[in-house]
Amino acid sequence: MATSSLPTPEAPATAPPASLVGAQHGDRVFRLLLTTAALAIPLLMGFLVYELYTGSALAIDRYGLGFVTGSTWDPVAEEFGAAPLIFGTLLSAVLALLIAVPLSLGVAIFLTEFAPRWLRQPVAFVIELLAAIPSVVYGLWGIFVLVPLLKKVVFPFLRDTLGFLPFFQGPIYGPSMLAASVILAIMVMPFIMSVAREVLLAVPNSQREAALALGATRWEAVTSAIVPYARSGIIGAVILGLGRALGETMAVTMLIGNRHEIAASLFAPGYTMAAVIANEFSGAGTDIHFAALTYVALVLFVITVLVNAAARLLIWRVSRGAPAGGTGL
Amino acid sequence: MNRRVFRRVKSNAMVGLMVVAVVLAVLPLLFILLNLVAKGAGSLSVAFFTREPVPAGETGGGVLHAIVGTLLIVGGASLIGLPVGIAAGVYCAEYTGSRLAKATRFLADVMNGTPSIVVGVFAWTLIVARQKHFSALAGSCALAMLMIPMVLRTTEELIRLVPNSLREAALALGYPRWRTSLGVVVRTALPGIVTGSLLAVARVAGETAPLLFTALGSQYLSYRLNEPMAALPLTVYTYAIGPYEEWHQYAWATALVLILVVLVLSLAARLATRRRFTANG
Repeated sequence: MATSSLPTPEAPATAPPASLVGAQHGDRVFRLLLTTAALAIPLLMGFLVYELYTGSALAIDRYGLGFVTGSTWDPVAEEFGAAPLIFGTLLSAVLALLIAVPLSLGVAIFLTEFAPRWLRQPVAFVIELLAAIPSVVYGLWGIFVLVPLLKKVVFPFLRDTLGFLPFFQGPIYGPSMLAASVILAIMVMPFIMSVAREVLLAVPNSQREAALALGATRWEAVTSAIVPYARSGIIGAVILGLGRALGETMAVTMLIGNRHEIAASLFAPGYTMAAVIANEFSGAGTDIHFAALTYVALVLFVITVLVNAAARLLIWRVSRGAPAGGTGL
Repeated sequence: MNRRVFRRVKSNAMVGLMVVAVVLAVLPLLFILLNLVAKGAGSLSVAFFTREPVPAGETGGGVLHAIVGTLLIVGGASLIGLPVGIAAGVYCAEYTGSRLAKATRFLADVMNGTPSIVVGVFAWTLIVARQKHFSALAGSCALAMLMIPMVLRTTEELIRLVPNSLREAALALGYPRWRTSLGVVVRTALPGIVTGSLLAVARVAGETAPLLFTALGSQYLSYRLNEPMAALPLTVYTYAIGPYEEWHQYAWATALVLILVVLVLSLAARLATRRRFTANG
C-alpha cells in the first residue's frame, strides 16, 4: 500500500526539500485521522454485537433458543417467550408489503415509463418527502385520524365483504395488526418506490426499443422486457422495504394495540419486537426482564441484518450489470 | 383485429391503474400535512415557543424545553457523527481497495439497516447502564450512530464522482496528498456532502426510538447534557399517548413544529442537490 504517491526520489543525493518532508508528515497525520474514523465503524458494530450478547446472556442461559418459540410473556413470573412478538413483527411487515409493493411499483413504473416528463420529478419529490416525515408523526396521525377512519369505515366494510375469512372476523378494536400494517405500508412505500425507480432507470433503452419494435404495446414492453431485466433489483428494493418495516418502532407501537397474543383476526391487537422494547425497556424492574428485552433486540438485529444482506446482494447483482432477471429463475 | 384492440385497451387500463396508484401514494402526504396544520396551527402562539409546559389541566404552556432539547441533542449528535462519518467516507473513497475500506463499507450498510430501537438498546447498555442514569449525551451518541453510516455513504459516493484528472492535476503541481484530498477533491464534492449531512441531521431530528431510554425526556427546561432532557419527538409521543385532551392538542402543535424543522432541512438539502445535478447536466 502506498502511503504517499509523491514522487520522492528513492535515494536522494541531498536531503529532500523541507516542504516535501513536511508534506509527508502531513500525509501520515491525514491518513491516521481518516483511518481512525474508518475504524470507528467496525469497532462500533463489534461493540454492538458484544453488548447485545452480554446484555442478554442471562436470558440466553435461562431460555436458550426456546425463547423464540415460547408464547408467555410475564415479567412478574419471570417467564419470557418471544413467539407472539416475532409473529407480530413478521406479519405486520409482510402485510405492509402486500399493500405497499403494488402501489410503489405502480408509481415507479409510471414515473419511469409513462408519465409526461414534467410530472416525473415533482411526483418523485413529493413521495420522497413522505420518507422524511418522522415515525412519531405517523403514529400521531395514525392514532387520531387513520384508526378512527379504519374503525368506522374500512374495517366494517372488510368484515361485511370478506368476513368469511378468519382474518376479517371478530370484534373490531381500533388499534390492531391491520392498522399497524397500513401505517407501515405508507411508511415503507417511499423507500421501495425510490429504489425501484433507480433500478428501472438503469434498464438500457435498447430493451424498451426492442420490445416496442416487435409490436408490443407499452404495457407489454414493461412486463416482457423492462421488469424482467430489472427483476432482481426490484426484489432487492422490496426486501429493503421489508427491512425498514421490521425495525420500525414508534408508529407501530402507537397503533398495534400492544397485546402479547397470536390472533388469526387482523382486527385484533398484536405486538412487535420493536414495540415491546419501546414500551417496557425503561420500566423494566428486574435483571432478567432487561436481559429478555435485550435478547429480543438481538433477535431483531439478526433478522434485519439477514434481510438487508439479501437485499444488498440482489441490488448489487443488478448494478454490476448482469441481467440477473433472465437467468435467476 | 379484436386481439389488437384488447391489447391496447389492456395497456391503457394498466396506465389508468398506475395513475390511481400515484394518487393513493400522494394522498397520505397531503392528508397528513393538512391534518397537522388544521389541528396543530391553532395551538401555536408566541408562548408555545417561549414557555415551559404547565401541569396537566392548566393551559398556556409551551414546548421551549423540547425545542432546546432537540437543538442540544441533535447538535451533540452532529458534532460526533458528522466528522466521523465524513472522514470515514473520505477514507473509503480515497483508499478504496484497502481491506479496512471494504469492511467499513459493508458494516456501514449493516449499521444503516439496524433498527433505531436496537441502537437505543446499545446506547443504553453502553452508556446509561454504566453511568447508572439517563442523559442527553447518551441520546446524542445513539443519534450519532444513526448519522454515521448515512453521511459515510453519501460522502463516499460524491467523492467518487470527482474526476480523477482534478486529483492528478493537483498532485502534478506538487500538492501533498492530504492537501489534494482536502483542498481539491473534498472541496469539489463539498456541496453534495453538505446536502448529505443536512439530510442526515433532518432524519435523526425526528427519531424517537433511540431517545426513549437514553435522553428519556423531561418536563423541565434543562441545558445539562449529563441529565435527562426533553426532545420534540419524545414530547409528541408523550402527549399523543397521554390521557388529556389538551395534551393531544399540544401533540399536534409539537408535531407541526417538528415536521416544519424536518421538512425545511430536507427540502433545503434536496433543492441544493437538484440544482447541483441539473447544473452539471
